[in-house]
Amino acid sequence: MNLNELTIKEATEGLKNKKFTSVELTKACLDRIKKRNSEINAFITVADEGALREAKAADEMIASGKAGALTGVPFSVKDAICTEGVRSTGSAKILDNYLPPHEATVIRKIRAGGGVLVGKNNCDAFGHGASNENSMYGPVRNPRDLSKVAGGSSGGSAAAVADDMCIYSIAEDTGGSIRQPASFCGVVGLRPSYGRNSRYGIMPMASSLDTVGPITKTVEDAALVMNAIAGQDKMDATTVPEPVPDYLKALGGNLKGVRIGLPKEYFDAPGIESEVKARTLEVVEKLKKLGCLITEVSLPHTKYSIAAYYIIVPCEDSSNLGRLDGVRYGVRAKAACLDDLYAESRERGFPEEVKRRILIGTYALSAGYYDAYYKKAQQVRTLIRRDFDEVFKKVDALITPTSPFTAFGIGEKIDDPLLMYLADVMVGPAALAGMPALSVPAGEDKNNLPIGVQVIGSRLAEGKVLKIGQFIAI
Amino acid sequence: MIMSLSIDEIRKIASLARLKLNNEEEKRYAETISAVLDYMKILNEVDTIGVEPTFQVTGLEDVYREDIAENSGRQAKILAVMPEVENGELVVPEVFEE
Repeated sequence: MNLNELTIKEATEGLKNKKFTSVELTKACLDRIKKRNSEINAFITVADEGALREAKAADEMIASGKAGALTGVPFSVKDAICTEGVRSTGSAKILDNYLPPHEATVIRKIRAGGGVLVGKNNCDAFGHGASNENSMYGPVRNPRDLSKVAGGSSGGSAAAVADDMCIYSIAEDTGGSIRQPASFCGVVGLRPSYGRNSRYGIMPMASSLDTVGPITKTVEDAALVMNAIAGQDKMDATTVPEPVPDYLKALGGNLKGVRIGLPKEYFDAPGIESEVKARTLEVVEKLKKLGCLITEVSLPHTKYSIAAYYIIVPCEDSSNLGRLDGVRYGVRAKAACLDDLYAESRERGFPEEVKRRILIGTYALSAGYYDAYYKKAQQVRTLIRRDFDEVFKKVDALITPTSPFTAFGIGEKIDDPLLMYLADVMVGPAALAGMPALSVPAGEDKNNLPIGVQVIGSRLAEGKVLKIGQFIAI
Repeated sequence: MIMSLSIDEIRKIASLARLKLNNEEEKRYAETISAVLDYMKILNEVDTIGVEPTFQVTGLEDVYREDIAENSGRQAKILAVMPEVENGELVVPEVFEE
């Protein structure tokens, strides 16, 4: 087995037992990136030199007995998350030259603990998309089938992990951006509860929904990463004060008596592929055999979630992206007056979908429309949240497909934004409600494309979600 | 809710958002955004009278920290990302016309 194919757990064991060094492990990942990135396009920036420097430092940490859970393990980071001194474009040309002077809290925690940053992953610009085709650096191709999308928006992160270009990746999920690409690429992706992990240093998309979480090869690895990054941060006032449990300890045991709900609206969703539904129901059968109690439940406002989501998100997007104007950082267009400077920097620096979202958001928030759109959507969001609160009185977790379909073809949906928005139908509602949700690989369809199953838990029930997910993955 | 946007409306929104669009873009955005807004009509089926909007999900309120000035030590790095700097200050085009 090649070193770059290891899981976090295997890598840290090998490092601890001196079977190989972090430099060797990092070189294996960098070699894989070199070999594969021209085809997959999972990385916008490869941090070769920095990574080898960090690997050397990690080897010294290990030698002096100071190793932590992620020391010496090469990881990648979605480009919409700021990494100090390492170019962070957010996949938009307006930040083509941006070397952040600060670092996202979650990344700081990992790098301070000896993590080795190998590079920055392509994504839909600022997280806007479900296919990674809205990147100004080209689409990411699915490692399983290069004619298919990797999913989005964190397509580069999922593809990099699936193709063993790194051991794990840190990505961002606003309404499915970790889970859906994880599902399309056949890897594990966890969206934590809103407020569990710090958002400081991530390029904000929809501030009331954005979360940061891991994409990994195993559920156990996701628990390991969560142990390292979760927790309150004084730099993000929306992080919650509840103590962070040991997520590794939450794994194992058995599932006897665990109550699983199957939301009927998800299994009857329009456009759901029969193989995806059948595979999900096989997983449910397996959980039943392990002692879970299965019941059908209803989340009656599910069908309104996409409409609510695609009002709330563009409103927050348009407001957040106001900061990118070519004035203080990023690429500034040459212009005679300030108004032209703003307009031309933004015109050249943003891809089509980013501009579309800014326009939708600006429209919905403009005088006279606020109540009809933003307020209405936030009221519907309350009803969606109540649906979840009600079902979590009766069950411990929900099982659904992560996506109604497996990876679609590059170019297939890109000309119809509404069709692309509808791809979020199974990942959006939990995000609106702030719930944690995990996508776990659960086999393939007849074309060898991965199918992902989603486990949704109540707020801050990451441990329970991971535990159930691990039984699904085994 | 108005369900269809004209080219003029797109121009107005674009100017509010400081975006410069060409004619082809204006047409494409008018079409695609109208389709999206039309889809949003589905929300009218939902009775939301008396329902509080959800602006946040954590329930946290009034989160304070002490207001203490700290030296981040990052001034040089912050200046380094600025598009144009003179004597340690950011340069921008004139704001007021003569």
